[in-house]
Formats: sequence, structure tokens, C-alpha cells
Amino acid sequence: MMYFSAKNLTGGYGGVNIIEGCCFEVNQGEIVSILGPNGAGKSTAMKAMLGILDLKYGEVMLDGQDITRLKTQDRIKAGISFVPQTNNIFTELTVKENLEMGAFLNDGDISSRISEMYDLFPIIKEKQDQLAGELSGGQRQQVALARALMTNPKVLMLDEPTAGVSPVVMDEIFEHILNIKKQNIAVLMVEQNARQALGISDRGYILVTGRNAYEGSGDYLINDNEIRKSFLGG
Amino acid sequence: MRNNLDIKLAFGVMALLLIMVGFVQSWGVALAILNLCLISAVMSMGVNIQWGYSGLINFGVMGFLAIGGLATIVVSVPPVNEAWAAGGFGVILSGLILFVLIASIFYVHRKFQSKYKNYLLFLLVISVIPMMKLAAGPSISAIESIDAATSGFLGGFDMPIILSWFVGAIFAALVAFIIGKVCLDLRSDYLAIATLLISGIIVSYVKHEEWLTRGVKNVTGLKRPVPFEVDLQNSDWFVNFIGFLFKGRLSKASDLDEKIILLNELVMTSSSIFVKLCFSVIFLIVLITILVFSEKALRSPWGRMMRAIRDNEDAAKAMGKNVVKRHLHIFMIGSAIIGFSGAMLVTYDGLFTPASYQPLRYTFIIWVMVLLGGTGNNYGAILGAFVVWFIWIESAPFALFVINALMSEVDNTNQLKIHLIDSIPYFRYLMMGLGLLVVMRYRPKGLLPEKIINN
Amino acid sequence: MDFLNAIILLGNYIIVPGLTYGSQLALGAIGVTLIYGVLRFANFAYGDLMAFGTMIVILSTGYLQSLGITFGFLPTALLALPMGIIATVILSLFFDKTVFKYYRDMKSEPVILIVVSIGVMFILNAIVRIVIGPGDVIFMDGARFIMKASEFKKMTGLNEGIALKSTQLITVITTIITCSILFYFLNKTKTGKSMRAYSDNEDLALLSGIDPTKIVIYTWVIVSILATIAGTLYGLDKSFKPFAYWNNLLPIFAATIVGGIGNPLGAFYGGFVIAFTEIGLTYAYKKFLVYLLPEQLEPSSLVQYISTDYKFAISFAILIVVLIYRPNGIFKGKVI
Repeated sequence: MMYFSAKNLTGGYGGVNIIEGCCFEVNQGEIVSILGPNGAGKSTAMKAMLGILDLKYGEVMLDGQDITRLKTQDRIKAGISFVPQTNNIFTELTVKENLEMGAFLNDGDISSRISEMYDLFPIIKEKQDQLAGELSGGQRQQVALARALMTNPKVLMLDEPTAGVSPVVMDEIFEHILNIKKQNIAVLMVEQNARQALGISDRGYILVTGRNAYEGSGDYLINDNEIRKSFLGG
Repeated sequence: MRNNLDIKLAFGVMALLLIMVGFVQSWGVALAILNLCLISAVMSMGVNIQWGYSGLINFGVMGFLAIGGLATIVVSVPPVNEAWAAGGFGVILSGLILFVLIASIFYVHRKFQSKYKNYLLFLLVISVIPMMKLAAGPSISAIESIDAATSGFLGGFDMPIILSWFVGAIFAALVAFIIGKVCLDLRSDYLAIATLLISGIIVSYVKHEEWLTRGVKNVTGLKRPVPFEVDLQNSDWFVNFIGFLFKGRLSKASDLDEKIILLNELVMTSSSIFVKLCFSVIFLIVLITILVFSEKALRSPWGRMMRAIRDNEDAAKAMGKNVVKRHLHIFMIGSAIIGFSGAMLVTYDGLFTPASYQPLRYTFIIWVMVLLGGTGNNYGAILGAFVVWFIWIESAPFALFVINALMSEVDNTNQLKIHLIDSIPYFRYLMMGLGLLVVMRYRPKGLLPEKIINN
Repeated sequence: MDFLNAIILLGNYIIVPGLTYGSQLALGAIGVTLIYGVLRFANFAYGDLMAFGTMIVILSTGYLQSLGITFGFLPTALLALPMGIIATVILSLFFDKTVFKYYRDMKSEPVILIVVSIGVMFILNAIVRIVIGPGDVIFMDGARFIMKASEFKKMTGLNEGIALKSTQLITVITTIITCSILFYFLNKTKTGKSMRAYSDNEDLALLSGIDPTKIVIYTWVIVSILATIAGTLYGLDKSFKPFAYWNNLLPIFAATIVGGIGNPLGAFYGGFVIAFTEIGLTYAYKKFLVYLLPEQLEPSSLVQYISTDYKFAISFAILIVVLIYRPNGIFKGKVI
């Protein structure tokens, strides 16, 4: 029994199914990547798991509980956290305030959680009183990750965390994601940089035109000739 | 087909309502409502061209109406020769200076290349007012001191007042050109606020430049494109005509004295109705002409392009359409029509009262007409004007009726009743607000929605 | 001595009125900016909301006075403020539920919301005029002056004096208190921060578990408080006249946009920018210069940039310049 699982996800916009029968599973302390060509439905699948997209069929389970009918906000309360691809920080708030907003649902003392985040992302401790909008791309991404982690989530979903950043920053971000995994969090991410993503992933799914095409461990997917040719650029 | 039926039915109901007013209240009231409905319809068509055809939000309707009104003064009032002698030169000189300044502002803005450009522009802009004061100040006080109680302004060119309608349109278009150049690329909500505020500036100009408009002292006794009641009452043909028209009633009179008194009465009331009818005919001609032209325009390639720009500005841009220029054109055309109707309104009223221009009455009510009638549909805009103006006028008698009916048991000296009857004029605002909210909620496209045109 | 006289002159005719008027605009502008920042539309009904709040305050003041309750040397209206605020909050929430919510849920364009707010404006306009009438109402009681010009002259022996009306001092002090509380709330409390977060990035606020319904309610409550206070202060200082409140909406819009729409601190400064330019440009500096300049240089004209007839036109002109060159306002800073 996996910690988080989504089965037979089918749905789309305006009657057209963008995803059909997709299944994903992720366990605590595991990084799972969802890969695939443009338009394969990767981000749509993630939205479906978050409850932003209404499903025709399918079910989403978290820790043995059916959360398919829950609204996005309730899924967040249940322990899922999400970092969107763009607009993933509050640009007009300070870095520290971003973290505080991340823990909005937590009524208790959050200072210890904030200092944990400062340990995890040292750079944002330095910038804590600066407006988040004034930071560089890589720093913003770290703030976005930290904000999402403030809720103490069990499942963290990332939509293309490395989109539009330089290779150096990409490595840095993946480094952070590996650190997050160590906190026994289930990490599920959609990625364009497939090869690098599989490098840090325990398992991966490859979507093609809205369906699961391949799945397996990171090593298996990287080493399979056919997959490498078709999806990983040779 | 369905739409056509709607239009006929709607206008039929409207006509019936007006006829009812004729029977219940009086024909004079009915015609007065009709005439203002017609003028308002021209206004709302102007707004509809901007908002409905191309999605431009113009909250400066009041300003363009005031400009049209100003045109009637400039065109039709006889010149005040002493005033011209006293200050004409100074005013013309300052006009020239103003022109040069505005031209140089545009020149610097467009062509000048220097890091000091913005400072220069700023200096030029703020220098306009002191320069004008220096050039025209003494002349203006000279003009305003001549016969201040009855005149105190320059007067106009003593031309037929109908000409002023066209001049009003041209003035409005010119002002719209300047405003459009400056503001049209603003975001829609900023454009709304900016045009509203600019119309405030225009009205405060008209209100305070007494040498031009007499300001709050008003200009009365304007010319008319139709005969005056007094002249009709004194002209033989009209008296004979009325005598002929009411032969039956007159023949019932017992003696000659009674007959003359009756005839006099009939001539009095009919003369005012006759004048109003003449106005109605002229206004109707104007309305139909503008309607025909704008319907034609809507169906032309130009109209198609306008709708394309409105519905998808980016796509239109990508196809090489100069959106800003098109918007400027349509802003000018719509404003010209509003200016035209502003001149019509002042002509019909026979007086120019700058202090009466208030945004609620002269901007937002017109907008309610367009939104209620049907954005993008000329017939809708016209219907909206009729319905809204009818409600605007008739809500007072209606409210009185309701209050009296509900409180018929209550003594007439009851404080609440007196208070409510005193506040009757404000029930129309309530009706407008509720009407607008209901339409926006349940018929967001208006009573007569825009038709899909396949050309 | 002449120098001191000149300074006092400016103080009396520019600084004191500027601070008062600026405070009134600032409070109004913060309200407009909050609505824009959180609910994302320019609320044309705001002037009439101020009028409504003030009307309730006036009626409650009358009631309190009839009970024999007054506030000593302070105006009774300050005691009546809570009643006005409660009524305005209820009214705002009512209109939000019946009118604005629908368009918010539909994610309508801002222009549609402007049009809808004009509908609300008409209704409020009618309610205020039907209940209290369109005429002037003076509801100021308590002490009129803190210091009269003649007293100041006697005290200092100068030619010029500063007259300080109690309403002016009350306006400035109330504004300082209100704004301090508001900015503390927005910047230091969790709820205030969540309002700013919602205004900055609605989707992410939802993902962080911030409840939009609550944010909307907080906003209307705060805005209603501000509108009632601003309207009451204005009415105490001048007099209550419904039309004047509509008119005031325009310089308030100007202050809002000058300060950067959606930016409360900017709106605060924007109010003073508008007030001081309006007053500074319409003041006739002749007497001021007579004090300062040697006799042969004394000006013969009024030395006034533009006549007071164009008071409002100035704020509009400033606004248009700002819209063209700095559409995001002249102040950099946090947006609500």
C-alpha cells in the first residue's frame, strides 16, 4: 500500500479528456517524476491530483483515505502541498512573511519550523527581510519550496521546479529536493529536464498523450534504449 | 427573426407608453419626454459606438456634452461688439499662443531627442497657464466688466443654431483627439477614471471662463431652428390652422366672446405642442440619419475590423491592424456624436447652464441607457435611451402615486409622508441603480443583445 | 520679523489646511486602494459609502444629543462613530453578498465591476438623499477653535496668526491613530499579512490555505470603518452634503492612483500630495512675497498659479500626468 496513490485519472477541459486512465504512486521518502513530451498532460495530471481539475473518473488516496471528493483547500489541510510552476511566491511580501503565509493553517508557534527552513535553505535566512520579488530566480524557487514545506506536508507536489533556470541553479534545486526527501516526505514532480530529474528520482512515469506509457525505477528508465531515444534526447 | 420581433415589440410598447402619458398627463409632457428620449438616444448611440463597437470605456460623456453646448453659444449668439473691442485681440492672441504651445508640446514629445526632454516637456506644460493668464488676463477682465449683469462675455458669431450642432461635433472630435492621444493606451479601468476626471476639467472650464460662456450666470434666449411659441400665436396662418383643426369644438361655443377665449386657449397650448413636434421631427431625422450610418458602418469591413479588435485585441495587432489608431478614430467619432447631441440638448432647452453638468445625470445615466438597452446594438442603445429617460421622468409621478396609495390612510400632515413626498425626486436614482443591477445580473447583454453579423 | 510673518502666513493658509484635507483624502484613498487590491475593482460607490456612514453618524449624534449625552469639548459625532461603522459594515457586506460576490465568482472583467459599482452608487445616492435629504447638515458641536488667529497674534506679537479649528486637529490626530492601527494590522498581524498575500497572489494564497471568504469580509469591514471615519471627519470639518461626497471621490481616486493603486502606504502619501498641490497652486502668494521681498520688487498681481475655481481640476491634471508617465504610481513599495 503506497502512501499516496492516484488511480485511473480521467478528465480534461470542456468535455475533451486530456488525461485518460493515468495512475501514479509515491511513498514517503521517495522522489517520483512525471515526465513526457509537451502536451502529454503532465501538469493536468498534477492539477487533477490537487483537485483543481474536476475528474470524470479516478480516485486519489492519501494514507489509506479517499480524498477524491475533497476540495483543494481541504487536500492541503490533509497534508498535500504544491509549488506551482510560475507565480509561486508572494512577490510583495518579505521572504519571512512568505514562510509565515505558508504556515497559515498552523495556529501554533511556527518559529521553530521557520528556523528549520533557514537550516534547509541558508540563503533565505540571509534574505528574510527582503521582498521576495527582489530575489534572483534560484532564490525565488527556494522560497517557493520553503513556503510549501511550512505546512509540514506529507506529500509535496512540484510543477517543473527547474523551468527557466540555469544548469547550475538546476543542480542546486535538485540538491534541495533530495534534502527534502530525507525528511520522509513523498515528493512528486513534473519535469521537463527528464534526464536530470530521473537522476535524482527513485521512480518515474512517462506520459504520452494523456496515458501512462512507461514506468519504472530511475535507473531502468535512463538505461532503456528505446525510452532514451524517444524521450531523453538520445 | 426573433431579434427583429423583439425590436418591433419593444418600440411598440414604448410608443404605447408615451401615448398613455399623452392621455393621462398631457400631450405637452408626452412630447417633452419623447424629445429628450430622442436626444438621449443620439447620446447613447455615441457611447455605444465607443463601448459597444470597440470596447472603449468613456466616462467623459458629460464633458463632450458640455463642449457641444458651448458650441451653440459660440455659433449662434450675436457677438458683443464692445466686448470684442475691449478684449477680442487679447483673447485671439492667447488662443494663438495656446495653439503654439500645444503644438510645441506635441513636437517635443514626438521628435525631440535629448535627456532633458521630459524636463522641457514639463516646463512647457506648466507654462501654459501663466502664459495664457499673461496674454489674456487683462482682456478677460475687460470683457467680463462690460455690462456684467446682462452680458459680460464675447458672444458668438450670430449664425443659425443648427450649424452649431455640427460645430459641436467637430469641437468634441478635436478634444477627443487630444484626450485620445494622451489616454487611449491606458488600461480600461484607468481610462474610465481618466476620462471621468478630464470631463470634470472641461466642465470646470466651461463653468468658470465667464468671458466665453458667462459661467454660472448662464446664457439664455438662444435661437431655435423652429418657430417660437409667441410668434406662432401672433401669426394668422397658425391661428387659422388651429381654428380649422378644432372647428367642431369651436362651433359648440355659445357666443363670440366664448369662442375667442376658447380659440386663444387652444392656440396657446397648440403652439407649444407644435413647437415640440417640430423639434421631434428634426431630432427624428438626426437620429435616423446617424442610425443608418452607424448600422452601415457596423456591417462594413471597417465595422468587422472594429469588432475583431474588440474581441481579440492581440490577434488583431498580430494581423497588422493599428489598434491604437483605430481606437482613436472611434473615440473621435463617438465623441463627435455625443458633442452633436450636447448641442441639440442646449438648443432644445434654449439656454446654456454650465453648472447643471453633473456626472450622474450626464455621464452615468447615458451609460445606464447603453448597458440596459444592449451593448453593441444601435437599436438597443436607442431603446435604452427611451426606457431610461421614460423611467427617469415618470418615476417621480409614479413614486408619488405609490406613496399616496400605500399611505392613503395616513394623514397628510404626517411627518414621514411629507418627508417621503419631499424625497420623490430621488426615487429615480433608486430605480436607475436597481435597474442597472438587475440588467447586469440577468441580461448582461442588455434588453436587445448584440446581433451576430455574418458578412 | 517679516520672515516669521511670512512663515506663519504659509502655515495658516497652506500647511494647516493641507494637513487636514490631506488626511481626509488619505483615509479615503486607503479605502479605495484596499478594495482595489483585494477585490480588484475601482469602487465608484465609495464616495456614497462615505456619505452613508456619515449619515448614520449624524442621525446617531442627534439621538445621543436628544438623550443629553455629549462629548465635552469634543464633537458628539466621535461618540456616534461606532454606530455609523456598524451600519456601514452591514451595508457593505449586504451589497457584497447580493451584488459583488456574483461577479467575483464569475471572475468578471474589472470594467463590469466598475459598472456594477455604479449601480450601487445610484442606490446609495438615493438612500442617503431620501433619508436625510440633499441639503447641508452641520453636526459639529463642542469647541470650535483650539486657537484663534487673534489669540495667536496677541501671544506672539506678530502680524499674522495661525487659526486652528478643533476639527482640523481632530482630523489629523484621528487619521494618525487610524492609519497607525491599520498599518500595524496589515504588516504585523497574521490576518493582515494574509490580506496582503491574497492581494498579491490569489492562487498561491488559496494553496496556502487562506480562506478567500474571510479575506473579503475583513476587507469590507476595514473599508467601511475607514469610509465612515473619513466621511465623518470631512463632514465635521466642512459640513455634510451628499453631493460633496460624490465630488470628493474624484480627488480620492487621484490620490489612490498617484500613490500606486493597491498600495495603502502610497495612498496615504498620495492624499497629501494631492492636497498640498491643490492648495499650494491655488494660494495667492502676494502677501507672502510682500513680507519677504524688498519694496521695489513687490508683486502687483496675486501671484497665484491658478484660480481656486480650478481646485479639483488640479488634482485631475496631476492624476493624468501620473497615469501617463508612472501608471503604477509615484511611490515604490509594498502593494496590499
